[in-house]
Amino acid sequence: MPKLHIRTEINGEPAEFLAEPHQTLLDALRNELGLTGTKEGCGTGDCGACSVTFDGQLVCSCLVLAAEAEGARIGTVEGLASGEALHPLQQKFLEHAALQCGVCTPGFLVAAKALLDRNPDPDERTVRYALAGNLCRCTGYDKIIRAVLDAAAELRGEPA
Amino acid sequence: MTQPRSFRYVGTRPIRQDGAEKVTGRANFGADLSFPGMLWGRVLRSPHAHAKVVSIDTSAASEIPGVKAIVTSADLPEQRPGGDPTDMYDLTRNILAREKVLYEGHPIAAVAATSREIADRAVAAIQVEYELLEPVLDLDRAIAPDAPILHAELRCAGSDPKPEGPTNVASRILIERGDVERAFADADVVIEREFTTPTVHQGYIEPFACVARTTEDGQSTLWCCTQGPFTVRSLCAALLRIETSKIKVIPSEIGGGFGGKTTVYQEPLALLLSRKSGRAVKMVMTRQEVFRATGPASASRIRVKLGAKRDGTLTAAEASLAYEAGAFKGSPVVAGAMAMFAMYDLPSVRIEGFDVVTNKPKVNAYRAPGAPMATFASESVVDELAASLEMDPIEFRLKNAVRQGSVAVYGPKLKAVGLVECLEALRDSEHYRTPLSENQGRGIACGFWFNGNMQSSAQIHVNEDGTATVVSGCPDIGGSRASLALMAAEELGIPVEQIRPIVADTETIGYNDGTGGSRVTYATGTAVIEAARDIVLQLRQRAAAFWDTQLENVGYEDGKAIPLGDAAENQQPLPLSTLARRAARMGGPIVGRSTWTARGNGPSFAAHLVDVEVDPETGRVEVLRYTAAQDAGKAIHPSYVEGQYQGGAVQGIGWALNEAYFYDAEGHLQNASFLDYRMPVASDLPMIDTIVVEVPNPNHPYGVRGVGETSIVPPLAAVANAVQAATGIRFVDLPMSPPAVLAAIDRTRG
Repeated sequence: MPKLHIRTEINGEPAEFLAEPHQTLLDALRNELGLTGTKEGCGTGDCGACSVTFDGQLVCSCLVLAAEAEGARIGTVEGLASGEALHPLQQKFLEHAALQCGVCTPGFLVAAKALLDRNPDPDERTVRYALAGNLCRCTGYDKIIRAVLDAAAELRGEPA
Repeated sequence: MTQPRSFRYVGTRPIRQDGAEKVTGRANFGADLSFPGMLWGRVLRSPHAHAKVVSIDTSAASEIPGVKAIVTSADLPEQRPGGDPTDMYDLTRNILAREKVLYEGHPIAAVAATSREIADRAVAAIQVEYELLEPVLDLDRAIAPDAPILHAELRCAGSDPKPEGPTNVASRILIERGDVERAFADADVVIEREFTTPTVHQGYIEPFACVARTTEDGQSTLWCCTQGPFTVRSLCAALLRIETSKIKVIPSEIGGGFGGKTTVYQEPLALLLSRKSGRAVKMVMTRQEVFRATGPASASRIRVKLGAKRDGTLTAAEASLAYEAGAFKGSPVVAGAMAMFAMYDLPSVRIEGFDVVTNKPKVNAYRAPGAPMATFASESVVDELAASLEMDPIEFRLKNAVRQGSVAVYGPKLKAVGLVECLEALRDSEHYRTPLSENQGRGIACGFWFNGNMQSSAQIHVNEDGTATVVSGCPDIGGSRASLALMAAEELGIPVEQIRPIVADTETIGYNDGTGGSRVTYATGTAVIEAARDIVLQLRQRAAAFWDTQLENVGYEDGKAIPLGDAAENQQPLPLSTLARRAARMGGPIVGRSTWTARGNGPSFAAHLVDVEVDPETGRVEVLRYTAAQDAGKAIHPSYVEGQYQGGAVQGIGWALNEAYFYDAEGHLQNASFLDYRMPVASDLPMIDTIVVEVPNPNHPYGVRGVGETSIVPPLAAVANAVQAATGIRFVDLPMSPPAVLAAIDRTRG
């Protein structure tokens, strides 16, 4: 079967690529488009390292077929920062030392942004449940949760 | 060495220098590198846990269009048995099976092809004829008189008399001191229990990944995620029997390791495939492959017997440990034996340990290897002993805790250590006084880890504007670039923001042992301090020449060469930046260097306090509150020290409550996924509070102790002690998963 020609939008920019019918969106992002910020930890939707947004919905890109991206809007970690400025979530992750090895970080950032887009004022429990689909083996989550709560406060315009 | 009384940069919390790359997705991890025309490598793995390999036929696979190379053990030279620390005879058999397959997932062949799909098809087309053998799946079966033997040539080392026949017990060790029989006779209370812990996995989020490329002159380059690029280089050179200078290892960023990424699996196969095909070859494991075929941590069975006087003084300890090594010898049973009572001043000790092979993947290091399971056993019995003497568990531990001058169970006389301070911090904490409700319990446990020494080298290059580059060879797995930069800033007297720390490849920096054993901030950090002091000496020499004075008339403070004595009358301080700018006229480029085989790493002790609630209807254990106190000696970057405490505590909670390998009767792993191998997620946990105790390590210029591993040692027993307090039930088998806890509660209900 010939490759499929996919037209999509990634981080607000038009993108086109060729994909095998069985190829995942994760694989297409990483190996066809060179967007390796999205990581593969399991390939079965259990770790959240490949989190992206798909028409605004948080998904595991390893569970989405690349062909499904036709006409969709995809958001990845590469789209979080604007120009020279990091997104407040990225900045707070650095200030709180919310990453050790950093391989789960892109997935956490995308998942946390999806949460804050939907709920700008989550409590700790809400953040913990919203990020329960993202595995981190280094931090014990403490500093990640603090970074997300702090970023939420900053995005709401509250004084530090 | 001088002991700075106060620090300007050390102890602050700057943003890590590799941070922006890691939060934007730009940082390159093991699987992130690709080349045009690159091949994909895949591995054929054994579906059987124990079988003879009768024949391997790759002919059909090699005819598939797009297949460029296939390798089997026939492509690797035979190795001599008995090497230390790595037995290459075993290692070559682990990376590609020879006579037998010894676990489900054991590699048999590797294929490189133009796509992953073609490589997978080729792997499926390789014909292997097996002669099935009974698998040995636990310690009981392994030591049974009629047990199937994994290695016909294996004889038990350390057993007396010398054994004649083959066995699955690879070695027996004994630690003995004092008169244990008499010490138990002197005790007023003696408690003895037997514990078991299952096979668990390090659970790093990034699977093994590498790319190998070989040019026509035989030079190979290997990009890979590893804790030890120099280790990878030397193991690959030995396995392929080529010169070390023919292999360059470039470490990628590493997505977790916890000891698991200290050896090689597919890296030599990628090298071999690239040498055979003349093309770059990329290999990335699936998560299932990681679970089935990379080093997990030993399952264990541990018997502990402890005696104490009525006043709470421990008199004697006895233990017997059996650890599963997996398919090849080499469990961390010795370390477990040395660590399990290291928290206590114990005059009489007898510990016996057994290293046992089974048909499971060969174990590898996992954070304080061997200590968590042994300490689960020892600290559970300590708790029971305190309770039976009606003593507060912290006071009981304080009464027996090692302090300066104690002779450690594992041998040396201790210099200053911080266990008492950790226990006192918990005793005095608000957490310890908070009342608990029904079905809730509080537990405490202590832990110890040695911390590694080994070899480190570092260089510092002063740039022409007075900024600096710190070059080391230990992959940054949790913020070590930041801690190395802080130490360089402290010595050079320039802001940490002006220092760029990098992790170099194996051709750009001298030999470095790996990132492991909690050694980087201590051992490589010391090399960085010494390299910076080398620069300071050179700067003073240059200033002395410039001022036409003696070296002793030049000091160095706050980033400036300072005139002293006679020179002070007519000279102004010379900043580092001025000396750097004038380097060409004052002696050339400024490079500092240091290499050493580290000695004197001080042990780090910890004490953990945990509150749990046990749901009597479901058996679920919820962790309500957690405080980890640990001695850092001196916290260089406190945020990353706290992070080590928190991360280790949560891995230990996972080990205590849910994590375990499940095998069927044929030795097939039943839960080789993150869905079924249940690691802690954010919603399982509270915040992990930390107390950073600082009792300086007298062997280090700043007092640093390694902190990375001790934090996983106390949680297993701390959680078990809390569950005991909540339910009245002493759990001796891990994990304390909901079904296990519910069944135990149901038994007490009758």
